[in-house]
Amino acid sequence: MTTHPLSREAILAIALEALTRVAPDLADESIAPDADLREDYDLDSMDFLNWVAALHERLGVDIPELDYPKLATLGAAADYLLQARAPE
Amino acid sequence: MTERFHMPSLGADMEAGTLIEWTRQPGERLAKGDTIAVIETQKGAIEVEVFHDAIMGRPLIAIGDRVPVGAPMAELEPLEGAASPSPSAPPAATGAQSAGGRAAPRGSAHRPEPAAAAPPRSATPAAASAAARPRHRASPAARRLAQRRGLDLAALTGSGPEGAITLADLEAAEARAGQPQPAPARRPSGGKADLAAMRQAIAAAMSRSKREIPHYYLAHDIDFTAAAAWLERRNGERSPGQRLLSGVLFIKAVALTLQAFPELNGFHRAGRFEPADAIHVGCAIAIRGGGLVAPAIHDADRQDLDALMARLRDLVARVRSGGLKASELSDPTVTVSSLGERGVDRLYGIIYPPQVAIVGFGTPRTRPWVVGDAVRPRTLVTATLAADHRHSDGHRGALFLAGLAAHLQAPEAL
Repeated sequence: MTTHPLSREAILAIALEALTRVAPDLADESIAPDADLREDYDLDSMDFLNWVAALHERLGVDIPELDYPKLATLGAAADYLLQARAPE
Repeated sequence: MTERFHMPSLGADMEAGTLIEWTRQPGERLAKGDTIAVIETQKGAIEVEVFHDAIMGRPLIAIGDRVPVGAPMAELEPLEGAASPSPSAPPAATGAQSAGGRAAPRGSAHRPEPAAAAPPRSATPAAASAAARPRHRASPAARRLAQRRGLDLAALTGSGPEGAITLADLEAAEARAGQPQPAPARRPSGGKADLAAMRQAIAAAMSRSKREIPHYYLAHDIDFTAAAAWLERRNGERSPGQRLLSGVLFIKAVALTLQAFPELNGFHRAGRFEPADAIHVGCAIAIRGGGLVAPAIHDADRQDLDALMARLRDLVARVRSGGLKASELSDPTVTVSSLGERGVDRLYGIIYPPQVAIVGFGTPRTRPWVVGDAVRPRTLVTATLAADHRHSDGHRGALFLAGLAAHLQAPEAL
């Protein structure tokens, strides 16, 4: 698919929006970019998979299971997605 | 003839529900499974469905009313030309407690039996007509305690044989009475569970379980290497939205294994075992901030893994944002609890009454394991079974866990 360039900031916002969509009970939390989502916000396997699926759909990035640890925080996820979307 | 729709029981830990919304209006035609109302319980806002075709009738309670399980909520009129169900049943409730009021199987809640207690709203026990009320079944100890504490047996639902009120029911009622009762017509919680109320409901149900059910416990380490590799391979070929979680394999393997162990799939009711005629797996889902709920995936043994994953995804979404259905909460025939990827090695479950078994899965991990005559790193998962010794024993339980292990060695057949 064609990807138009997005800033890291924009990707971060999309990632946060996707997160509160799959975990609406976190909508009132302010989630720091460096907070561990699974440890600090109790994201379970299903929430995490739904989030990854949403990121895949929104940003067109294929996220293999082996890369899941690279999406441990919002900030890390933004870095990973930014790099994955960068032209070769 | 007109029948009454009663406040359903959504499990052993539910005593009452508050009406939040009528989703259908009097005169509307209803099909089996249609949601007619939304009630608020300790488990959040729950959609309540009708069990057969009918015409929506007159509401008997108002929005904001909190009424006990078994209390009439609304009238249902028969479809024109349809045969009236059991015309012999008198239409007026006599105030008797519903013996089957707890965790009623699907289809029983609508029967026009004279089973529902009038909601014991503001009326004091003394104000109710004693003559109109039959003697309530209660154990002698419960009767004495009720008298001493001034508790009204009519306002309680019994968990003992034939709906008898037990000491445990009274203690649970006393514990509840110690808490401020929610005011009627309070602001709906927007689908979120009331965590304090849920904690209390879990406490009551689990106390009753530990007090009344003679649990036995078994644990078995299962080689999950082949299944984990199969899952990794399969998920590697698929986009994230199509991937499976290992928990889905566990649910399917339990459901398939239960086909050969009917004594672990069903209910303890009125002092005896009622085998279930289908396998509805209650999936324990933790709620962030505390509490959990275990709604059912119906006929889990007859669905493929993709369908089960879709059902589990849907259940988790509705646990998070509201919209669980009454039938999903009231009819699991067994419970499966998985700790997921970040848990510990094993969990020892407590049976959710009136079920008779709960199967637990710890976190799959790489551990040293003897294969042939060498020690190898293998992915292992420890499965546990807690079951009701009144209806099965350790020998059968062990065969169940062995059968479960065998199913997990052939993931492509799940």
